[in-house]
Amino acid sequence: MAGALLLIVMIAPAAAAAGCVLVRVPRVAEGLNLIASLAVCAAAIPLTILSARGPYYYLSEYIIIDIAGAWVILCTAIVYLLASIYSIGYMRLLGEDEKLWGFYALFAGFALTILLSAVMNNAGLYWIAIELTTLVSTFLVGFERAAESIEAAWKYIIIISAGISLALLGTVLFYWCGSFVLGQTYDMTWEALRDAAPKMNPALALLSFFLVLVGYGTKVGLAPMHTWLPDAHSESPAPISAMLSGALLNTAMLGIVRYLAIANAAQNEILARKTLVAFGVLSLIVGALFIVRQNGIKRLMAYSSVEHMGIVALGFGIGGPLGIAGALYHMLNHSLNKSLMFFGAGNAMRSYGSKEIRKIRYLWAYFPMQGALWLAGAVAITGAPPFGLFLSELVILRAGFERGYDWAVYAMAVLLIVIFIGFLNHFRAMYFDTAGAAPEDRPAQISRWCVVPMWLALVPLVVFGVWWPSAMWDHFAAAAHTLTGAAP
Amino acid sequence: MLVAHLDPLASSLFSLMAITSLLLAFVMLGSRWFINYLYAFAAESWVIAALSAAVGFYGNYPELYLIAILTALFRGLVLPYLVWRIIGRLNVAREIREILQPSSLLVVGAVCVVFALAVSYRIGQSLGLAGTVAVLALTIMLSMKLIGFLMLTVRHEALSEILGLLVLENGIFLGAQILVPGMPMLIEIVILFDLLVVVACFGVLVRYLVAHVGSTSSLDLNRLVG
Repeated sequence: MAGALLLIVMIAPAAAAAGCVLVRVPRVAEGLNLIASLAVCAAAIPLTILSARGPYYYLSEYIIIDIAGAWVILCTAIVYLLASIYSIGYMRLLGEDEKLWGFYALFAGFALTILLSAVMNNAGLYWIAIELTTLVSTFLVGFERAAESIEAAWKYIIIISAGISLALLGTVLFYWCGSFVLGQTYDMTWEALRDAAPKMNPALALLSFFLVLVGYGTKVGLAPMHTWLPDAHSESPAPISAMLSGALLNTAMLGIVRYLAIANAAQNEILARKTLVAFGVLSLIVGALFIVRQNGIKRLMAYSSVEHMGIVALGFGIGGPLGIAGALYHMLNHSLNKSLMFFGAGNAMRSYGSKEIRKIRYLWAYFPMQGALWLAGAVAITGAPPFGLFLSELVILRAGFERGYDWAVYAMAVLLIVIFIGFLNHFRAMYFDTAGAAPEDRPAQISRWCVVPMWLALVPLVVFGVWWPSAMWDHFAAAAHTLTGAAP
Repeated sequence: MLVAHLDPLASSLFSLMAITSLLLAFVMLGSRWFINYLYAFAAESWVIAALSAAVGFYGNYPELYLIAILTALFRGLVLPYLVWRIIGRLNVAREIREILQPSSLLVVGAVCVVFALAVSYRIGQSLGLAGTVAVLALTIMLSMKLIGFLMLTVRHEALSEILGLLVLENGIFLGAQILVPGMPMLIEIVILFDLLVVVACFGVLVRYLVAHVGSTSSLDLNRLVG
């Protein structure tokens, strides 16, 4: 059953990508991609539920479906679906119909590589899958071919390749660590490494973990390795920004989490956790500083991604059932919410013809319904109730107190307040500021394809904010057990 | 563990080849013409291929011969050819604006090697492998990493950045041959092919840079800030 679902998740985007390349008709490509994303989403939801009974192994243990991996697939599938709906409206606005088939082929390929890396059971293959996500998405970042987007694509690929090569070094050194225990040739599965970890040399394991953390941390966008993130997120087409932020970052975080479990087992628990927590706090600081003084609307969203990845890193770093539950929950909420935010930003950018916040004014007067949606999203992303992010942040704060990371919790609370004020101040200006001159002609209206996915993202956010079913709680508890290797 | 009980001849042969490739990394650090970087890189790849074959011979890993052939073919011929084609497309043939003179860069590189040695020495001691070729391999792995990063930071041309990344990869590959010769072949082969795709992507991007930005120097990539 789980195998069949996984097959659908993998084949649908692959078929869509192949179909786009073969047919090369823009409307068909849109349709194929949308159908693929629907199929992925429809398969990912039961897969997530089934994964609690797992883990399942396929292809002589090269593929694994465990709870954390399935959870990342779920987040990716949701963002993929939303972004596919959105891109139908958005990409038509660009007026490059003849290139659209290439866009959708890359788009489906990008989704495929992200989904693939979530199920890799071999540390080396996981590295390759992550590398593939970079290669495919570079061309999506540079899709608009403006000087800015090519600059962003170049910075993206150079910084990520350099970072990810550190992760490769860490992977090789981890293999070396394991070879003292398991012999010269063995399959480098997560489980094998974790089982061998207690007998690994702690110093070497720590060095390897730090290399991996910095390497995949670059991909996650943890400060100070986040420098590619605002450029790539702000210059790519809006649906791709949503995919980068809501799907890609989570997948790289999954790798860090898996390695963290190994480092913990290798007698490095305290130092490894503290480092991840420190990266998280630093990301929050950098996010807060750049959010307060930001001019670009999409860069604002990008720095908010740095902030939220910092929060997820804090959750996993603090650990324990509560920390892991909070972090996983935060991943899903952030995926939903950041898609909503990037869609809104893309709409505003297209209607006003500018990426600068100060040129976007009178949103409330011109776009009452869509404006209200985006504003609700902004309130949600700053962590205010009654939205899902409030709950998940609260859980992470509680976990911090419980596990003795009081300093991190206080820092997080203060920085979240700073971000709340800074972020919403930009929105106040865009909605209610009357000091600037009103734009002379009414900004262009946006198609319905671009508004519907915003609704689809907001409704679950509200639902998750007020209702946390106990089944989900059990699911997270099981995830915490499988990640740390303890019996449930 | 292969490195713990090697016969002296093998161990000095490995050391010689490892140190040669480190020296070639320094050649790249010290020159400013792209074509010289490229020759040094190709030579380094050939040395690594020879090292794979030697490890295969002394450690009894016949599959490493295949890796050696593939390394020589892909890293030693195809990759340099792809990079050479990128060079042909550029209208610059060397680094023009330098932050650091090549001579001072060499000194910084030497400091990097000392740092790498200090780290590997400690690790080697805690593993009980002090004085073996493993420490040397780890040192060279880490120092080629640092040298690659040095090239990435102080050089501006797109091509230097590509070659800097390739040096990073070469360092890892070299160390892996000595430290973990038993690493499953699948992974090594996939990584080799992956590298080809990476360089092909770089080629396309460099073309876009020339066409849409009008420069391949990272000093001119200054539109996105804040």
